[in-house]
Amino acid sequence: MVKIGVLGLQGAVQEHVRTVEACGAKATVVKRVEQLDELDGLILPGGESTTMRRLIDKYGFFDALRRFGQSGKPIFGTCAGLILLAKELDGQPDAHLQLIDIKAARNAFGRQKESFEAEIELKGIADSFNAVFIRAPYILETGDNVDVIATYEDKIVAAQQDHYLTCAFHPELTDDYRLTQHFVHMVEDSVKKLASF
Amino acid sequence: MSKTGTNRVKRGMAEMQKGGVIMDVVNAEQAKIAEEAGAVAVMALERVPADIRAAGGVARMADPTVVEEVMNAVSIPVMAKARIGHIVEARVLESLGVDYIDESEVLTPADEVYHINKTDYTVPFVCGCRDIGEAVRRIGEGASMLRTKGEPGTGNIVEAVRHMRKVQSQIREIAGLSEDELMVYAKNTGSPYELLKEIKEEGRLPVVNFAAGGIATPADAALMMQLGADGVFVGSGIFKSDNPENFARSIVEATTHYEDYELIGKLSKGLGTAMKGQEMSTLSEADRMQDRSE
Repeated sequence: MVKIGVLGLQGAVQEHVRTVEACGAKATVVKRVEQLDELDGLILPGGESTTMRRLIDKYGFFDALRRFGQSGKPIFGTCAGLILLAKELDGQPDAHLQLIDIKAARNAFGRQKESFEAEIELKGIADSFNAVFIRAPYILETGDNVDVIATYEDKIVAAQQDHYLTCAFHPELTDDYRLTQHFVHMVEDSVKKLASF
Repeated sequence: MSKTGTNRVKRGMAEMQKGGVIMDVVNAEQAKIAEEAGAVAVMALERVPADIRAAGGVARMADPTVVEEVMNAVSIPVMAKARIGHIVEARVLESLGVDYIDESEVLTPADEVYHINKTDYTVPFVCGCRDIGEAVRRIGEGASMLRTKGEPGTGNIVEAVRHMRKVQSQIREIAGLSEDELMVYAKNTGSPYELLKEIKEEGRLPVVNFAAGGIATPADAALMMQLGADGVFVGSGIFKSDNPENFARSIVEATTHYEDYELIGKLSKGLGTAMKGQEMSTLSEADRMQDRSE
């Protein structure tokens, strides 16, 4: 059974833990850098990206998270997690972990009263998926090696580049586990691949 | 087809705030200090609760200029308070585009009997509670998030502790009730039966429950987390302390690492003076904000 961490500095942490467990993997809440060593994959949950970034810096997570990704271990960023992973952010000189080759815009769908849920298609994963968007970002541009997994009204809302997966909505808030299941498969594949080196 | 203002979207917004600190601010400058310190949201007000207490008179919704100024200053969510039962203040705040409305006993109630029917709104609401009955009545009216009432503006944690313990122990009690005991429990606590059934099945509230009303130090925040709060509201505790930046940062960290006592010790060192607190027995009945609604 693969072990997947959920960065537990702030945000919807328990929801991801429940979802990961429902997908047949072991889940653990990560509050200290040392815990990263025991993991096969990591989820950066939804929450407030400014708050998470401050705590990431404060507790020395920044370089450790980048190394985690660069070592080939999968990372899944949802909503605020997408913002943390993006290489470039619209209107902001400094992006955060810069691990996935996308340019994203924060709160791009508007404030809370514009937050919504909608049925969208996840390419190769689900024909119809109830996606919950909360003050959600979207992806403005993607690099050549990035696969677009979902769009909503022509805006890119889910993407994958190698072992990095990201979405602007909240799969952890519904009982549809297919996207998280896809991530768990990515982690299982990566464990096999990393073991064969 | 997309749908706005659904329960999932409104309650989900509060889920994203979990493990975080929501800070009261009265202007753009304070809002920036709060954001910089790691607040997950700010509550835009004209005065913090301690000053509302001191000023006396009728406390109302903040001037929309203040709310807009705060909204323009930060990228984190902005909440604002409407008076209990004041449908129009709530609609005005919704039209301004605030991310959450606090139907709050900190302001002078506009209606002594009825709360706002919050299911009518696209914007989500947070409401105060002292026990499970109050909590589920607010959820029944459409609140998407709860907070314990505590006693706002006192810098005294004792009431927040009382309310959080009460709610948590009642949740455990409900989980242990048999089906045939549930209806009488609903009657005795004035709770909607269907919601109690849901709590019994899930073993938890269907919405996020933060602590509020008297949190003044990092240790206070950590205490509330340990008692089962999903996060904390800090009202007067930050900008009434003698070093708001320090207090704000330290309370954020203590909320994240509420079981790391060594860290909380470090955070508490040389922090400066916390807001001056008030002993509950010095409050007259009329001063008790928590009793303004049920």
